Amino acid sequence: MTTQHNDSLLRFMTCGSVDDGKSTLIGRLLYDTKTILADTLNNIERTSQKRGMEAVDLSLLTDGLQAEREQGITIDVAYRYFSTGTRKYIIADAPGHEQYTRNMVTAASTANLAIILIDARKGVLTQTRRHSYLAHLVGIPHIVVAVNKMDLVDYDQATFEKIKADYLAFASELGLAQARDIKFIPMSALNGDMLVDRLDNMDWYQGETLLEILEDVPAAHSEQAEQFRFPVQFVCRPHDSANPELHDFRGFMGRVESGEIAVGDAVTVLPNGYQSRVKAIQLGNTPLQSAHTEQSVTILLEDEIDTSRGDMIVKTAEAPEAVKQIEAHVCWLSETPLSPARTYIVRHTTRESKAKIGTIQYKVDVNTLEQQATADLKMNDIARVSFKLAQPLMVDSYDKNRATGAFIVIDESTNNTVGAGMIV
Amino acid sequence: MTTKQPLSHLDWLEAEAIHILREVAGQCSNPVLLFSGGKDSLCILRLAEKAFRPGRFPFPLLHIDTGHNYQEVVNFRDQRAAELGERLIVRSVEDSMKRGTVVLKSVDEPRNKHQSVTLLEAIEEFGFDCCIGGARRDEEKARAKERIMSFRDEFGQWDPKNQRPELWNLYNARVHKGENIRAFPISNWTEMDVWQYIEREKLELPSIYFAHQRDIVMRHGAIFPVNVPLSNGGVINQPKTSEEVINMQVRFRTVGDITCTAPVISDADNVSKIVVETATTTITERGATRLDDQTSDASMEQRKKEGYF
Repeated sequence: MTTQHNDSLLRFMTCGSVDDGKSTLIGRLLYDTKTILADTLNNIERTSQKRGMEAVDLSLLTDGLQAEREQGITIDVAYRYFSTGTRKYIIADAPGHEQYTRNMVTAASTANLAIILIDARKGVLTQTRRHSYLAHLVGIPHIVVAVNKMDLVDYDQATFEKIKADYLAFASELGLAQARDIKFIPMSALNGDMLVDRLDNMDWYQGETLLEILEDVPAAHSEQAEQFRFPVQFVCRPHDSANPELHDFRGFMGRVESGEIAVGDAVTVLPNGYQSRVKAIQLGNTPLQSAHTEQSVTILLEDEIDTSRGDMIVKTAEAPEAVKQIEAHVCWLSETPLSPARTYIVRHTTRESKAKIGTIQYKVDVNTLEQQATADLKMNDIARVSFKLAQPLMVDSYDKNRATGAFIVIDESTNNTVGAGMIV
Repeated sequence: MTTKQPLSHLDWLEAEAIHILREVAGQCSNPVLLFSGGKDSLCILRLAEKAFRPGRFPFPLLHIDTGHNYQEVVNFRDQRAAELGERLIVRSVEDSMKRGTVVLKSVDEPRNKHQSVTLLEAIEEFGFDCCIGGARRDEEKARAKERIMSFRDEFGQWDPKNQRPELWNLYNARVHKGENIRAFPISNWTEMDVWQYIEREKLELPSIYFAHQRDIVMRHGAIFPVNVPLSNGGVINQPKTSEEVINMQVRFRTVGDITCTAPVISDADNVSKIVVETATTTITERGATRLDDQTSDASMEQRKKEGYF
């Protein structure tokens, strides 16, 4: 570990099964960046010995809950952290099996990069297609295809090139190759080749190591030139204050989901369409001249406008549509199937609306990518669904904006989050 | 494609935590912030200032006092709440003991796990629908899978197999009456992030976080503080006759129940020295200092299921 202040943060996810060496890869990253401390290492050494293994099994570092150990499976997304001194990393470690599509979608929703693991001995498999499709669907801009276990194919370049060609052929078919930045890397997570250290088993590979890729990838939530979107979370009116200057204070608190805003900019508050200008921007009591994507700030407007949680402040010239009907790709998350007759709640940014299901156009077989007709949705299904809304939502397409194109579906009777939607 | 200047990791973590605090304020009708006087909850107070000033916090502060807290920490807690001008509620495990809802196996038993009972009683008394806490996912493996907004049933129970999926930054804090949410704004922070934030924000901390002289004994391979004065005038952690009391320079990496929180040997007497020490330490925060987590591989998981935060 290092004391330096990291100058950025990257969230990434790993897709693969234990068999592909996913846990070993994460263990290796944590170990080689010296994130693992001695007592943790002692613990896994003891466990490795108990299980009759000779070397320390780095995959034990990601060993989960008691409930999971009992069943020998991973049932949930785990978050892990490491830091290099130039960047802090948040890894979303999702189980790779088909029944955990919902976990992969969950992990992918906050990731800016996905590492898709392929076993060099097995090449592109059905699960590789599934993982790639989901990474694409959830809009992860950077894909790293890690061809792992190169040590078991004698570090053979031809094997790597063949897998790369196979993957690219499939990715072009999917539209992934055109839309995303894809990098390929041969590695052995077990030995550490091409993760943090290059080692000398694959001199034929001159590309970046995994850590070099991670360090170089843009950190921002999205690199697209997005329009300014500011969903209001909370309105600050400190009327009980003894300070008379604050009597008229009315601050709109929220996070800049995309774009930039500066003092003096012309803005519109949706859905009502009131127009004003930005009088001030604050972070706590500190005034700012401008704010950009992912900053949590307080915005003050020049005019007194009736605004509350759920409204959205946008630049007047680039207002999104307020719609009462949406089409979306939906991943169903709940064990209780979607019932087309029921009314659900859709939560989009800081706004909620009751929603009725219009039509389910088709569901996607995540293995073959075939579209199939269906009347309902079960857990882990992905489908194209239309919704009718009671309240207007200010939406962008998910392709254009991951923050204002996404929503969750809530079951009013249990309050559970039962679906994840990406607006088409 | 534009290349915007990305936020530094501390700015990003800060912005995320402020967003979470404001979601709690926006979604919940009666939230409360758990405040112990410890370093993590002190970070959250600063985040709440940035989230809600110039307004008041839209929630009171709540401390569940085990009666086994270091005086320095309790005094600091009161002082900080007063400086902020925010309401502090204290509910004590000892009151639960008097009511008979907490029954100890032995007088000097660690009381950390009994905080759950007192916390649940306070939740019921005030009708809180959300408790904001300072837990971090890097602390422990049962926490690595914890949601930022974690659902608890009427008995305060955490069911790891039945947590709400949490996607993007769309948090779902909806509950029925009697149920509640535990919200963790600094879930994604590590111990190092916390110290770097304390350094950057120049946060004041209770003195026991810094190197000081203290009487200790070695017990079960750990440094064990002895003869610790309590705020009720008593003294806790008597050494056994067979133990040799040594006066050493130590500091606490985490503050909690006196009977189960061990200090580490250290000469770090200011925050920047602690940042360096945190970077070079070879032992995890809980591994070094929390004797109650060492009883079994899954002790945190178990306590969380029972309503612990």
